[in-house]
Amino acid sequence: MRRLFGVALALVATIAVAAEIAPEARRSGYGFASAETRVTQDDDTANPGMLWVSQGEGLWTKKAGAAGLSCRDCHGDAQASMSNVAARYPAFDAALGRPIDLEQRINLCRTEHQRAEPLTWESEDLLALTGFVAHQSRGLPIAVDDNPELRPFSALGDELFHRREGQLNLSCSQCHDDNWGKRLAGSVIPQGHPTGYPVYRLEWQSVGSLQRRLRNCMTGVRAEPYEYGAPDAVALELYLMERARGMTIETPAVRP
Amino acid sequence: MPRVLINLPERATRGEIIEIKTLIQHPMETGYRLDSNGARIPRDIINRFACTYNGEEVFRVELFPAIAANPFIAFSTIATETGELVFTWTDDDGQTQTESRRITIE
Repeated sequence: MRRLFGVALALVATIAVAAEIAPEARRSGYGFASAETRVTQDDDTANPGMLWVSQGEGLWTKKAGAAGLSCRDCHGDAQASMSNVAARYPAFDAALGRPIDLEQRINLCRTEHQRAEPLTWESEDLLALTGFVAHQSRGLPIAVDDNPELRPFSALGDELFHRREGQLNLSCSQCHDDNWGKRLAGSVIPQGHPTGYPVYRLEWQSVGSLQRRLRNCMTGVRAEPYEYGAPDAVALELYLMERARGMTIETPAVRP
Repeated sequence: MPRVLINLPERATRGEIIEIKTLIQHPMETGYRLDSNGARIPRDIINRFACTYNGEEVFRVELFPAIAANPFIAFSTIATETGELVFTWTDDDGQTQTESRRITIE
């Protein structure tokens, strides 16, 4: 019995190792999109995500909250100060003792420094500001901080990525590691790299966050989606960014 | 105030065919969808788009509920003289959004 268990373990280990995508085989969702969608993303005057980016540019200089401060009052020119920021989020927040993503960072800035109400998840303003900030990292490689304090959280994200869930009893990994490039109904399964968030999704006819996308997938496998901003969701985001380390940020990406 | 992106060359030679690309943010609500309470969401679309070049209409579109949100419209015209192109979007509420861009002919 013990021997059999050992064999089973070894088998599981082999499958798990085989399932990882080799670094040189990694492809952004851009590579799976149709030629028309790629053209839309590449042209800043045709990319609808740029509407949110330009709205975010306006919000950057708008004063908010009891402190009467705008983002620019502290951070100055976003081109300089926000360059590379999206490439290293989620980042560890020492005060909270856990990682936070870009949306949460923006809302912490609002509540702590601007003394304003936090923006609602998926609200136009939060998507616009996140899109504008993330756009400053376009063309840069994803480089999540290798702070050792983040390790338990990315390990949790790794575990969640490989954990079966929902009525369909599927893990993220079963589609995005094992079956990418094949079709799920009419759509190609991408590898699931968070290279272009917030992303303009043709299906949504709008820009949406990575968390919205994750909730979409979870609903798809008939699992209960994470609440917006839930620590598990951020851990999964962190693992995805680790998994996509070195890939290029495309924000605002356009996806089917 | 809807957000708009317009792309056309700032300069062109006389007689040249120029491409103009426009993108406007709009929900383009079809009028066929129901909200979570089962009530019909009223139709709200841009139903007309037009472009004039020094006052002369060079392009016009009628839009219908099958057009996706944030409509992208690209078209071309012949660069005839230095002047102003005016773009007008009209929605179901009768509200219009007008933008203009100058072009210089060399």
